[in-house]
Amino acid sequence: MATSSAVQIRDLHKTYIVPEREGGVRAALASLVRRRKQEVRAVDGISFDLSPGEIVGFLGPNGAGKTTTLKMLSGLLHPTAGELKVLGYVPWKRDRDFLRQITLVMGQRNQLVWDIPPIDSFDLNRAVYRVPPADYRRTLDELTELLELGPLLKKPVRNLSLGERMKCEMAAALLHRPQVVFLDEPTIGLDVTMQRRIRGFIAEYNRRHGATVLLTSHYMADVVALCRRVIIIHHGRLLFDGDLANLVERFTAHKTIVVALGDCGADLSSYGEVVSCTDGNVTLRVPKAETARVTGRLLADFPVMDLTVEDPPIEEVIDRVFREEHS
Amino acid sequence: MRGLAVIYVQQFKVTMASFIQYRAALVIWLIGHVLEPLIYLVVWSTVTRSTGGSVGGFTAADFAAYFIVLMIVNHMTYTWIMYEYEYRVRQGTLSPDLLRPVHPIHSDIADNLTSKMITLPGMLAIAVSLGFIFRPVLHPVPWALAAFVPVVLLAFLVRFFVEWTLALAAFWTIRTSALNQMYYMAMLFFSGQIAPLELLPHPLRAIAFVLPFRWTIGFPTELLIGRLTPAQALTGVGMQLAWLAVGLLLMRVVWRAGLKAYTAVGA
Repeated sequence: MATSSAVQIRDLHKTYIVPEREGGVRAALASLVRRRKQEVRAVDGISFDLSPGEIVGFLGPNGAGKTTTLKMLSGLLHPTAGELKVLGYVPWKRDRDFLRQITLVMGQRNQLVWDIPPIDSFDLNRAVYRVPPADYRRTLDELTELLELGPLLKKPVRNLSLGERMKCEMAAALLHRPQVVFLDEPTIGLDVTMQRRIRGFIAEYNRRHGATVLLTSHYMADVVALCRRVIIIHHGRLLFDGDLANLVERFTAHKTIVVALGDCGADLSSYGEVVSCTDGNVTLRVPKAETARVTGRLLADFPVMDLTVEDPPIEEVIDRVFREEHS
Repeated sequence: MRGLAVIYVQQFKVTMASFIQYRAALVIWLIGHVLEPLIYLVVWSTVTRSTGGSVGGFTAADFAAYFIVLMIVNHMTYTWIMYEYEYRVRQGTLSPDLLRPVHPIHSDIADNLTSKMITLPGMLAIAVSLGFIFRPVLHPVPWALAAFVPVVLLAFLVRFFVEWTLALAAFWTIRTSALNQMYYMAMLFFSGQIAPLELLPHPLRAIAFVLPFRWTIGFPTELLIGRLTPAQALTGVGMQLAWLAVGLLLMRVVWRAGLKAYTAVGA
């Protein structure tokens, strides 16, 4: 294993044993006597490295094994098999020096004490993480400025909105300036403005402190804005690890051409697959290799007012990755 | 060590602030701790009167002293951790605690101690008022009075570690209410909460001697009201230390195994 990596994963496995039974009273009674157990391979042999200072998007559909992997990386779960190192530590041993250098933010989970203002929880974290008072003040000022926490610090957490609470959660998780940051759906349930703010903040934190960030999100906007590299898993297996741009290149056989013709009268089906026509803008799907030729023909054959060539949306690309895996 | 002290101070502040938000809950909790011994006190006082003034060497005034002191001791050593753990493991709220570079038991100890500090004045006031009604007679001896404070502290620690360890069963069964209920019933009987253990037949007393329950409630109570000889008191402290050692050892082993089994569901 290379020692310069912040995170090293080799052939990581996690298998859960879960009880299972059919629905209905009869099956319920039968399960009293004999329990059927099923092995669920949540993570099934994944390997990757993260370099210090990288922001990497960790993607996959629900149940793909993302959160399980993050939990193993942060030491909450013991792996079933495989090798795992974060900053040179074995996470599940939960060495204090290790825990002091990492954080895991879960969008649906809170560590702030519900009934008291965030500033009191921050103070507790200062003591728990042994942050020297001067550093604490500096970091708190910085986080207050970046996340605009000023008016929130003294309100009880239960009186904060979801977005406000998420900002405070972020601050609480980063007060000890962790070197490695695991973010599990940090923008879930937030409105667009708040998502953008959190996103900007993550980028800024990474830039200022050179922290390594592994981020899961169902919002592709998060991934596009923050991550050059993405890792995609499905059914606990690695499907793709590389540049986001390469992913689009590799998994898109088509491009989208939008031609503004002023009306929807013309039949363009011989140029490509007509996806839609609204307000005189025709959307065509054409094979990637055909794009230049079709564009030229369109410009020659029609009085085109405007024309754009686009890659399909990233959601569509990812969806294609999963579907290809199935077929 | 200093680092830990700073954490405790902060945890005290946080717990204090949270508790004060729920004053009504504190009062209800306190009432619960008063009612149970009060019921037994009334029952035993009635029995005593109907049997001509004493039961097994206990007069009505002795019972009053016993149950009022027991009420304070129980309050001082009580923990709610067994009910709490089930929730923590089921809902996954244990996960944030596990991410911190400090053993989660410290915040529980701090929480419990803080709640006792907040409610103790109320409890003592209630004890004094009950004293006016039931006229207890204590036979305080100076050495027993002096020993009472460390003995109660030991009792708290024994109860805390034993219950914390049992609470960890939640790692395996997820639903621990049944186990809690069984523990609670054994506690009620063998700790001396229903009746002073002196009144139990010999075999049961022998069992109570071996189990941890007596050393967490009955023993400090008997000490303060002056029913123990110095030798008995020393034996009691010895049993407390033994159970503390067993509790600590079990806790370490079970905690390690529990973390391995933890599935961090829900979080």
